[in-house]
Amino acid sequence: MSEPDQNILVMEGISKAFPGVQALDDVSFNLKRGEIHCLVGENGAGKSTLMKALTGVDQPDSGRIFLDGKEIQAKSPQHAQSLGISTVYQEINLCPNLSVAENILLGREPHKFGRVDWAKMNVLASETLQRLLGVDIDVTKPLGSYTVAIQQMVAIARALYMASAKILILDEPTSSLDVNETQQLFKVMKKLKDEGVGIIFITHFIGQVYEISDRITVLRNGKLVGTYDTDSITRVGLISKMIGRSLAEFDEMSKIKLDSSKHIKTEALLQAREFGLTGAIHPFDLDLHAGEVVGLAGLLGSGRTETANILFGAEKADSGSVSVNGNLVKEHSPLGSIKRGVALCPEDRKAAGIVDDLTVRENIILAIQANKGWFKYLSLQEQYEIADTYIQLLSIATPSPDQPVKNLSGGNQQKVILARWLATNPQVLILDEPTRGIDVGTKAEIQKLVLSLAEEGKACVFISSELEEVLRTSHRIVVLREREKVAEFAGEVDEKTIIHAIAGGEA
Amino acid sequence: MRKSNGHSFTWKTFTESRLFLPLIALSLILLFDLIFIPGFFAIENRDGNLHGSLIDIFRNGSTVMLLAIGMTLVIATGGIDLSVGAVMAIAASVAGILMNPSALKNEVFFVTDPNYTFQPLWLVIISALFVAILCGLWNGMLVAYVRIQPMVATLILMIAGRGIAQLITNGLRVQITYKLFTFLGQGWVILPFSLYIVAIMFVFTWLMTRKTAIGMFIESVGINFRSSFYSGIDEKKIKLMVYTFCGFCAGIAGLVASSNIKTSDANNIGLTTELDAILAVVIGGTAMAGGRFSLLASMVGALVMQAITQSMYAIGVPAFALQAIKAVVVVFVILLYSEQFRSFIRKFSVPKTEAKP
Repeated sequence: MSEPDQNILVMEGISKAFPGVQALDDVSFNLKRGEIHCLVGENGAGKSTLMKALTGVDQPDSGRIFLDGKEIQAKSPQHAQSLGISTVYQEINLCPNLSVAENILLGREPHKFGRVDWAKMNVLASETLQRLLGVDIDVTKPLGSYTVAIQQMVAIARALYMASAKILILDEPTSSLDVNETQQLFKVMKKLKDEGVGIIFITHFIGQVYEISDRITVLRNGKLVGTYDTDSITRVGLISKMIGRSLAEFDEMSKIKLDSSKHIKTEALLQAREFGLTGAIHPFDLDLHAGEVVGLAGLLGSGRTETANILFGAEKADSGSVSVNGNLVKEHSPLGSIKRGVALCPEDRKAAGIVDDLTVRENIILAIQANKGWFKYLSLQEQYEIADTYIQLLSIATPSPDQPVKNLSGGNQQKVILARWLATNPQVLILDEPTRGIDVGTKAEIQKLVLSLAEEGKACVFISSELEEVLRTSHRIVVLREREKVAEFAGEVDEKTIIHAIAGGEA
Repeated sequence: MRKSNGHSFTWKTFTESRLFLPLIALSLILLFDLIFIPGFFAIENRDGNLHGSLIDIFRNGSTVMLLAIGMTLVIATGGIDLSVGAVMAIAASVAGILMNPSALKNEVFFVTDPNYTFQPLWLVIISALFVAILCGLWNGMLVAYVRIQPMVATLILMIAGRGIAQLITNGLRVQITYKLFTFLGQGWVILPFSLYIVAIMFVFTWLMTRKTAIGMFIESVGINFRSSFYSGIDEKKIKLMVYTFCGFCAGIAGLVASSNIKTSDANNIGLTTELDAILAVVIGGTAMAGGRFSLLASMVGALVMQAITQSMYAIGVPAFALQAIKAVVVVFVILLYSEQFRSFIRKFSVPKTEAKP
């Protein structure tokens, strides 16, 4: 702060209230030229709101923003972009049915004789991708045909293509990237940093914060906790600043897990035999026991989600069989699974989880009601009782059960979906990435919850791209590679063994 | 355990309710009538039955109200049904031919006997509604199971429907004089009889959607069908059901309309009424993309449409200019509906001193 001209961006006293929530309360923030600045905090801490105030998505109630010493007030994301502030959002905001090239150059297409010059456009797009990110793909194919990770890369390429970008905001860009892709991204970030671009990096991965950032700003409950040099603060110190409570809970985990492993029953609740779907997952055998948490580990695209989907019946398997409680499943469908006591908390919260215009209460009772059918409608009082129970149990932060679920933060939305499935009282609970995009504190809460559910006699499947989390939560780990089940580990295993299994023989 | 938060009725909850804007629109039109059309609000008592322009709005609006009931549910699932006008014509043709089958012998038979009918009334009504339900089922199959875009799927029947209706009546207009049948659209029991039909359909549909889980499932499917699928809701069945029901509503509307003009005219019954019904739902605040709906607001929307027509006739706008003027008024009403305008109203209606939450 000694040389104010170093600051490319200064935000002073930003406040913003939403109905029922003070999302930001007098928050100040500054970004230096050529700096990678991490913005961390729990869900609902105000990170996204602060960035929305900067990029013109929302107008702050009070506070001033200076870019290069000049006061600005972005009226819209387009306006912010023209000022040199580019953003890559957590959820990919691209058009999956347009080609990769179109997505990157949308609105900035090269023209020839008044028409779009497609050939040049494709060359430009693929050059941009290679030069900036080292990604070599066919840019004429529709974006939707690529994995989420590639789509994320394209989103970044699109933001970077702005030659004039002074500030680049990366909102959780790594949550769906694997290790190599993340490293690629970091390389790009460092390159941009050397060119003098100020980068605001929002992430939940503490390891990445230390790997890449120069400074860290911590927000909690809409208030500024502080800004620190990365070298001067320890991980433990940082995490306790973020969650504002002791870290003892994290150490508790291994003890809870050890205790709960005593409750594992020997008979299988769910038994899959030679179960598979062509093009999605090779036939596999899997037993799920009462009281046990089975972790699915593997890289993105290794078939984790596909496994979850066919076990639940969201996609129909074309080989093998599955039986629940010893009864062979004939007609496999989500509703059938709910009736059999199998629940799936799907990976994509926004597209397959929440129903955003419905209230928290309606979202929570949705699956129970689907099970009861059209006419056995839960009375309003029963609905409120169920909703209140789970709002308390999972400490869902909402002003009332009648709040539309879209007004909640990501972590709380995730809890609402968890509540929806817990309310059906399932025997088998499949959780696909239940902690994606969720802060450290809530993560630990959910992990503990999974273990305590197992202790109650449920069989859980826990899927996560964070290996550490899978290890910490699961009693048994199944490793998937290239859409095939390749290994299974019971008992204590170390990270190295699993990584070798994930990577394959030659590693 | 905490009970539901009792909703205190305040000005703010009213301005944010779905009924607010349609009611404002209706009041504006009625205010216009009050100022410019003398005697518009006069209600006459003829032999115990009530007559007057206001009553006419309700009576003439009853077909659009019936259509809007079904259309609300279809639009709430994110769909649209363009075929309701044609289904009205089909139902009317079935009813007409069953009461007066002379057209099948290629002759136009002008009945004068008000007691003449070829088939009993119950059979006439049930057959017509059965065919209408089949039409709805067809739409539902195409949309839910064949996965054709709703606009395209229902366009098929919109175009083909009038042809089918003409086939049924052998291409002729069938005159209907059976008194009991004409009572549907022209009868009066203090209020016009068709209003009772609307009321019964409205109450029935309201109970079915709000006192069972169906309403929530329809909204859930309309907002996010993938989430609904993962939650175990059979999205296809819901869609099949709403299109079928919409066909049923169109069938009733077709009977009322043909009873009103004492003819089953395959070419003109329900012509462009599907658009009125869609507009009624839109004015009622249900998003075309699907989601939250309010049947009552759709009813007010239908009345808005009819009130416009009625007022234009009353001030002497010729029939050929009516559509153009209606369009202008509708554009204005829809403008009122924009989010910008809502926040504009809120700015004025909420006192400045209100504390921050």
